[in-house]
Amino acid sequence: MMNSGNKHTLSAFDEEMDKIRSLISEMGSRAESAVEGAMKALLTNDMELAKKIRNDDKIIDRLEKEVERIIVQTIALRAPMADDLRELIAAIKISAVIERIGDYSKNIAKRVGHLKTEDFLSDNNALQRMGEIAGEMVRTAMESYAKRDIDLAIAVTRRDDDVDQLYKELFVDFVGFIAKHPEAAQEVAHLLFISKNLERIGDHSTTCAGMIYFTETGENLPDD
Amino acid sequence: MAEQNSQSDVSDNGTGTHKITARNVNVFYDDKQAIDDVSIDVDMENVTAFIGPSGCGKSTFLRTINRMNDTIPSARVEGEIKLDGKDIYDASMDVVQLRARVGMVFQKPNPFPKSIYDNIAYGPNIHGLAANKAELDMIVERSLQRAGLWNEVKDRLSDSGTALSGGQQQRLCIARAIAVDPEVILMDEPCSALDPIATAKIEELIHELRGKYAIIIVTHNMQQAARVSQRTAFFHLGNLVEFGVTSDIFTNPQKTRTQDYITGRYG
Repeated sequence: MMNSGNKHTLSAFDEEMDKIRSLISEMGSRAESAVEGAMKALLTNDMELAKKIRNDDKIIDRLEKEVERIIVQTIALRAPMADDLRELIAAIKISAVIERIGDYSKNIAKRVGHLKTEDFLSDNNALQRMGEIAGEMVRTAMESYAKRDIDLAIAVTRRDDDVDQLYKELFVDFVGFIAKHPEAAQEVAHLLFISKNLERIGDHSTTCAGMIYFTETGENLPDD
Repeated sequence: MAEQNSQSDVSDNGTGTHKITARNVNVFYDDKQAIDDVSIDVDMENVTAFIGPSGCGKSTFLRTINRMNDTIPSARVEGEIKLDGKDIYDASMDVVQLRARVGMVFQKPNPFPKSIYDNIAYGPNIHGLAANKAELDMIVERSLQRAGLWNEVKDRLSDSGTALSGGQQQRLCIARAIAVDPEVILMDEPCSALDPIATAKIEELIHELRGKYAIIIVTHNMQQAARVSQRTAFFHLGNLVEFGVTSDIFTNPQKTRTQDYITGRYG
């Protein structure tokens, strides 16, 4: 049963829910910028941008703690039921996965500067594409959250298959490259981790979409 | 989000045997309709909670189950309510006997102005349930035990029931209802006059009595309905809007009106 759109009789309850939504939206928007920024820094070898991404992750961490604090308080004081309860439980999970998305972006940013084989990187369209799709998944998940749109949530989960497929292909490519060029093993290992981070960002976006679906319908997202 | 109130929604939510089956029940106070076409089944195995805003008809409906509405001249009941398959509004039904089988506990504890012992012994006496004093003593002790009050009052059974605390008085009333060996216990806001500790004791008692009697509790406190019941019925404007498994009602209700009520978006 979706939200009727009616206001709570207690307006302070609505204010708390609005506050939680707004903080999560801010977290999501920062995570989205972090994914895109980390990939941009990587592809352009932009150390300054990479540093900014690493520093900004602290803001996402702080926001997560604040969201958690308000949710615990709201559950304790308001004894939420039905869609309110589902939304708060989902919000705890969503904020946790957004925080993880921030961490993975930071991890990608940390590897900027450790890669010298720029030719290899710029030729590697699959990694770029993976970064684009992962960023798009975060963006769509957050749009789904803001609009409470379950069709967008379902769209996010569909995209995860593409990310997984690209990861599998890249894994084979990277391992093959290391076999041929053992001297580049360390750098390619960085690339391997980056692709794994992007794959995990896709997974977390999917988790986020699943929680939005649960909030709106009370059901788990169907497997397919 | 069209609301449907089909028979299938309300007729088969219980897992056990139906103790009470109500079909198409309408209740009027003169021309005013208080209950509109309510059908519901209540089973022995689960505690059933009736929730809804004031004036929604939940207490009115509760009172139809032991014909308490008979005492209100303007009240008129239509439809069918069966206890163990027998129509309780049939002319052959002995109302005094019915009220022994279907006991009631009210919002405000209402012990008789008599001793604790006599409060419990009164029902068994008038219904002839005890052959002698020893049997009566046993019924009194067993009833007070079941109501979780025995240890607190066993040394002062001759004290007045009205001298007990509010929570003890309410448990005394439950013991009094139990004493005549009922099959159904109706509770109309049994904790609304009690403090949280006394409330917790009554809720624990309801939990212990579950399965021994079919229990229906009317409550304004939704957390209480969530805590003590396994089936919840939501009434609104005389309609039974939704009836289902309590955990489903409070996490994922199927009707907008239910959701708005339990989440505090009502009115």
